[in-house]
Amino acid sequence: MRRFLAVLFALALIGGPSARAVQPDEIMTDAAGEARARDLSRELRCMVCQNQSIDDSDAPLARDLRILVRERIAAGDSNAQVMDFLVARYGEFVLLKPRFELQTLLLWLMPPLVLAGGGLALWINSRRRSRAADAALALTPDEEARLNKLLAGSLSEPPSGA
Amino acid sequence: MIAESGHYALVLALALALIQSTVPVLGARLRDPALMSVARSSALGQLLFAAAAFAALVTLHVTSDFSVVNVFENSHSLKPLIYKITGVWGNHEGSMLLWVSILALFGGLVAIFGNNLPLSLRAHVLAVQAWIASAFYLFILMTSNPFLRIANPPLEGRDLNPILQDIGLAVHPPMLYLGYVGFSISFSFAIAALLEGRIDAAWARWVRPWTLVAWIFLTLGIAMGSYWAYYELGWGGWWFWDPVENASLMPWLAGTALLHSALVMEKRNALKVWTILLSILTFSLSLLGTFLVRSGVLTSVHAFATDPTRGVFILLILCLFIGGSLTLFAGRASTLKQGGLFAPISREGALVLNNLFLTTACATVFVGTLYPLALEVLTGAKISVGAPFFNLTFGPLFFPLLVAVPFGPMLAWKRGDLLGAAQRLLAAGVAALVVMALVWAWTRGGSALAPLAIGLAVFVVVGAISELVERTGLFRMPLATAMQRTRGLPRSVWGTAFAHAGLGVALIGIVCETTWNSEYIATMRPDDVARLAGYELKLDGLSSRQGPNFREMTAAFTVSRDGERLAAMTPSKRNFTTRAMSTTEAALLTRGFSQLYISLGDTTAEGAIAVRIYHKPLVLLIWLGPVLMAFGGLMSLSDRRLRVGAPKPAKALRGLQAAE
Repeated sequence: MRRFLAVLFALALIGGPSARAVQPDEIMTDAAGEARARDLSRELRCMVCQNQSIDDSDAPLARDLRILVRERIAAGDSNAQVMDFLVARYGEFVLLKPRFELQTLLLWLMPPLVLAGGGLALWINSRRRSRAADAALALTPDEEARLNKLLAGSLSEPPSGA
Repeated sequence: MIAESGHYALVLALALALIQSTVPVLGARLRDPALMSVARSSALGQLLFAAAAFAALVTLHVTSDFSVVNVFENSHSLKPLIYKITGVWGNHEGSMLLWVSILALFGGLVAIFGNNLPLSLRAHVLAVQAWIASAFYLFILMTSNPFLRIANPPLEGRDLNPILQDIGLAVHPPMLYLGYVGFSISFSFAIAALLEGRIDAAWARWVRPWTLVAWIFLTLGIAMGSYWAYYELGWGGWWFWDPVENASLMPWLAGTALLHSALVMEKRNALKVWTILLSILTFSLSLLGTFLVRSGVLTSVHAFATDPTRGVFILLILCLFIGGSLTLFAGRASTLKQGGLFAPISREGALVLNNLFLTTACATVFVGTLYPLALEVLTGAKISVGAPFFNLTFGPLFFPLLVAVPFGPMLAWKRGDLLGAAQRLLAAGVAALVVMALVWAWTRGGSALAPLAIGLAVFVVVGAISELVERTGLFRMPLATAMQRTRGLPRSVWGTAFAHAGLGVALIGIVCETTWNSEYIATMRPDDVARLAGYELKLDGLSSRQGPNFREMTAAFTVSRDGERLAAMTPSKRNFTTRAMSTTEAALLTRGFSQLYISLGDTTAEGAIAVRIYHKPLVLLIWLGPVLMAFGGLMSLSDRRLRVGAPKPAKALRGLQAAE
């Protein structure tokens, strides 16, 4: 339901016709170009919608962007050029996959950092504990003395917790 | 009158929750059994009043009492009865009331089934439950009261949003909330353990069934929501990496990790501190999800700033509980004794690996969901983080995890034999390679990723079956012995096998749907034929009719294959007059696990209609997988050692449990 509240909010903003996503009249005659346009569309955000790509969205703006992408492809732009064109026009917000730059550094580095950090912590912990276990196996001089005392039958200390 | 009674019941529930928050804690301090027992009766009373408030709101919706704002804004007298009921939680106020009602339900269940808990533990657990409940009762009463009246009652309501007028609304939110809120129990147990400074294997044994119940509901709730989106939204997508979905995925990932770490704690008395932390984190993520969805912060930071009452209130609750519990954890965790040593290659080691990857996956979703918000608040820069980011970061994390899944149950506790496990997984490995080669040969020229992923999924599924074969001795022993061993196998072993196999099944569906999905988009006139994936779909004609609260236009398609007529499909579009909105009712034709999917677009002046037809190979496996997982959870829940509320030592006579 939560998603639908989001979606309905988007729909409420847009209103208008409810045709879904790519329309028959938008499709390019060039099949390879159309396939590229679809791939690019999935990485571009419909900016008036909530978290929808222009490939999924039925908003008029998404339609304009889809047509724009196809125009650039028809004009011979490479994929990178199309993306640059759209970012120049609409800002980084239009990209659903943010570029790797200073302000997104933490975003991109978080997964490997957490994985590496977690792995490192586990490794250190396991080493420390196995060393502690080795140490625990050997009796300390104190324990040795206490054991001798116990064996000698002079039980003076209460037994500590199991 | 009913509205006022509901309101009053809610106030009484708050009063009882406040008593339940304080008296049992005091009782535990003074070691007074009478005071500690107050927890039980007040939890039951609280459940009674929360249920009464909820029943009152349902009654108001069913009787279409438009003098109540909530009913006026979300209902319509002509709406079918089922949507009048489900409309209760199809809005902010009602869904929060459902949330606290479920919280009260879980509190009541602990009170009922918790008779064999140590008295002080039960007192603490129920008190912590009541802290959460008090905060949310206050939230509802102060900012989101569903029982407010209108001075001049209108004659007709504004109707429920048409997208929500679907059977999905009857099932999805209650399931999801049972999951979210169910994790409050493990949270309360964790806080109680920290307060008491005592935690042992019995603790894990009490916590695991509750976590399992929550996890089962959350799994089904997420899967149900995904299928609902798939057929209702009309473009055949089933997961959008929307922040609202991520809000439910994060507790699921953390909860899955918790299930596994609690297992280690229960069996080997190890990972105590980590299990406590995960219990806290899992419910914190549930609270975070509630905050994200309920505060409006996702729509835009500015919308949040313009009407901050609700958002700030939940943010306060969030900070109080997360901050408070983590502070308590930091202060008390070191007092918990670590136990149970194990080698890195062991069952424990495998479960730790599982936790590492699930936690990282959860952190990835977390950072991807909140980064744009944080960046905008801090620097004003607006960026988007969407599906392409998550596919790129989340996917690779699951790859090593899935490779490790079949190994886990094959390894022994304390010190495992990796080579031995690999030998026992030989069949699974061979099956995976064969399938990989077949798929690759069949789809020559395609990407190598899809066959690889399918091979991995087959490895997981066959690996899960191998585990059962190994345990029962099938093919190694006489059939009668194997059958006997099958009967004696603990249910939890079956549960593990089903849950792990479900993971592989879902992966097959995901890979097939995304890789070999084909579509046909065109404007069609009556008698036009569309050809897709070997099917011919003929548009027979268009017709329209009047429904209870909408007008509907239906297109009739005849589907045939190789000239043989298979079925009729009738996608439609509905226009809801009250809200001037329309919905697409997609038509689905199921063939095996694959589906044909038709949704309608706009009509043109010449009587033609825009049509989108998809063929989605093996798409149903995407949801069959989670259903298998939930079934596995249910099997595990019915294991005699975990029966809810019965953590007694198994009788020696019936002790057919595996020697572990």
